Amino acid sequence: MEGAYLSQLCRERLSALPLSTPSPVAILQIDMLRTVEERHERMVPYIIRRLLWMVPTLLAMALITFAIMHLTPGSPLDPVADNANPLSPEAQRNMAKQYGLDKPVWQQFVIFLAKAVRGDFGSSYVYKNRAVHEIIRQAFPVSLHLGGMALAVALVGGLTLGISAAMYQNRPVDYLCSLTAMLAVALPNFVVAVFFILLFSLVLQLVPTGGWDAPSHWFLPTLTLALGPMAMIARFTRSTMIDVIRADFVRTARAKGLHERRVILVHVVKNAMIPVLTVVGPLFAGIGTGSFFVETIFRVPGLGRFFVESMTGRDYPMIMAVVLLYGVFLALMNLLVDLLYGVLDPRIRYA
Amino acid sequence: MARAPAQSASLSPPQAQSQSASLWKHAWRRLRRNKLAVAGGSAIIFLAVLAIGADVIAPYHYTTPNFGRNFEFPSREFLLGTDHLGRDVLSRIIYGARVSMTVGVVAECIVLAIGVPVGALAGYYGGRLDMILMRFVDVMYAFPRLLFVIMIMSMLGRGLLNIFIAIGLTGWVRVARLTRAQMLSLKEREFCEAARAAGAGNLAIIVRHLLPNALTPIIISLTFGIPEAIFTEAALSFIGVGISPPTPSWGQMVGENQQFIRSYWYLCVFPATGIATIMLAFTFLGDGLRDALDPKLNE
Repeated sequence: MEGAYLSQLCRERLSALPLSTPSPVAILQIDMLRTVEERHERMVPYIIRRLLWMVPTLLAMALITFAIMHLTPGSPLDPVADNANPLSPEAQRNMAKQYGLDKPVWQQFVIFLAKAVRGDFGSSYVYKNRAVHEIIRQAFPVSLHLGGMALAVALVGGLTLGISAAMYQNRPVDYLCSLTAMLAVALPNFVVAVFFILLFSLVLQLVPTGGWDAPSHWFLPTLTLALGPMAMIARFTRSTMIDVIRADFVRTARAKGLHERRVILVHVVKNAMIPVLTVVGPLFAGIGTGSFFVETIFRVPGLGRFFVESMTGRDYPMIMAVVLLYGVFLALMNLLVDLLYGVLDPRIRYA
Repeated sequence: MARAPAQSASLSPPQAQSQSASLWKHAWRRLRRNKLAVAGGSAIIFLAVLAIGADVIAPYHYTTPNFGRNFEFPSREFLLGTDHLGRDVLSRIIYGARVSMTVGVVAECIVLAIGVPVGALAGYYGGRLDMILMRFVDVMYAFPRLLFVIMIMSMLGRGLLNIFIAIGLTGWVRVARLTRAQMLSLKEREFCEAARAAGAGNLAIIVRHLLPNALTPIIISLTFGIPEAIFTEAALSFIGVGISPPTPSWGQMVGENQQFIRSYWYLCVFPATGIATIMLAFTFLGDGLRDALDPKLNE
């Protein structure tokens, strides 16, 4: 009420003043506008700097991966699979020449880099006659779809659980939240997957055990993949919420006579989200690597399954492409999280 | 152990020692009062007994095939059924405890053996060594750890020794970082200065004065490192790059049998229960230990 009266007063005064002399209120507004503009101006170089930093990081990742692949015993021409036929030395030499594996390792690395910069990752060793980028273009959207759904479920479920646990501390909801969080954090997702299949597919017969053709196939993989991250978010949200609930500005908000829901949603949740964001970054990595197992057990034709197969088959071009793709993806997601910090908390400066 | 002796370590050694002994006693009492931690600890002792006495306890050997009796559901003769080669699932699960326990303990020892000295030296001496270490740690953190472990394993090939190597190579970074952070703050404290004034050498200061005071966070990281190592082995074996086949491992049994889950659910569910039990047991014990050792967290 008081606020409304003041703004009414300000508007009257502003209209009374000649345009050339800005009122104190107007000056304040201009000043705020300027800082917002300044923030935007600072944000662009910040983003550019972060993107440039990705180059050395990716280069280091490529170098380490390449070194592990080439300096360990074994070669893609000498398959280790149980039923594989050994190739004759002559055939091996021909194959090596065809794939450029006869050159010194450093030369191979330079050739790889030169091609990779142009987006050419060569062709797969395991899936012959198929270019790596072709496989990725087919499999990555599936993984992205699964991961996106899992992230959405994890965020919505985790925040709901965490917020309600903090609001009703030491009540049944709180215990349910702690129990779920403990189970979900401790259990590997392929173990959870087995129990989910048993419960939802075999006992309740609600959904199929695997595949990726209809929306009914999406349910189990998404839930399995989301469970761990959801528990992390719930646990973290609960603890930061409890800290914020005790803060002075929350007491002030309550003292002003604000409705409890408004206090929680506007004052507590918004401020509790900043530390929660710190775990969301690493969660992307968790969902990425978690998909290896979930995609295998539910027979989802995504990148995670291809990655596991290419690893065991020493499919060098495929491994490099997938590792770098994960690297780029993680770096971009972490950048996004850092930018979100600034949106939630204007005090944070981009430096 | 962490805080009180740190403040009083410049006192005469016997007094400091008696104080730390009573602190351990307090921690032990707090731990015993925590029901979940006791349950976890008992489960771990039970699994350890299974692992050590597998040869005596298991009704069959893990490779014994029973021809013509494959895919049998649980019965009195085979309490948890038989797999596609007619091997007794119960026996394989009992032997599987061996792999999980060994990996948890040995791999974490390797992690500590690399991580603690590197972190201590980097934190204490600082300078170029510290800078190189931290840059290396940054690069390692850019990799998802599991991806790295899978890569090392598929290049080295299957086997228990290679699992130790893979977990050791990737796990020490976390411990080194933790130890380094502890060293950075501890080396500025008065008791460290007092030890130096009394003429103690750098090595003696690190080993006798700094590391004992950094013990609590290291033990806490250990209680989370062990289940993580067990999980890593199970995950690797699940996708087929962990333990080499005839040796049973819970992760490998789940991975191998997941194709049969529609018809023979018990082949997957029992080893999965094993993994769940050991993971939860270590997590509960770890949580209990953390609360017992660091009562400040509890308040």
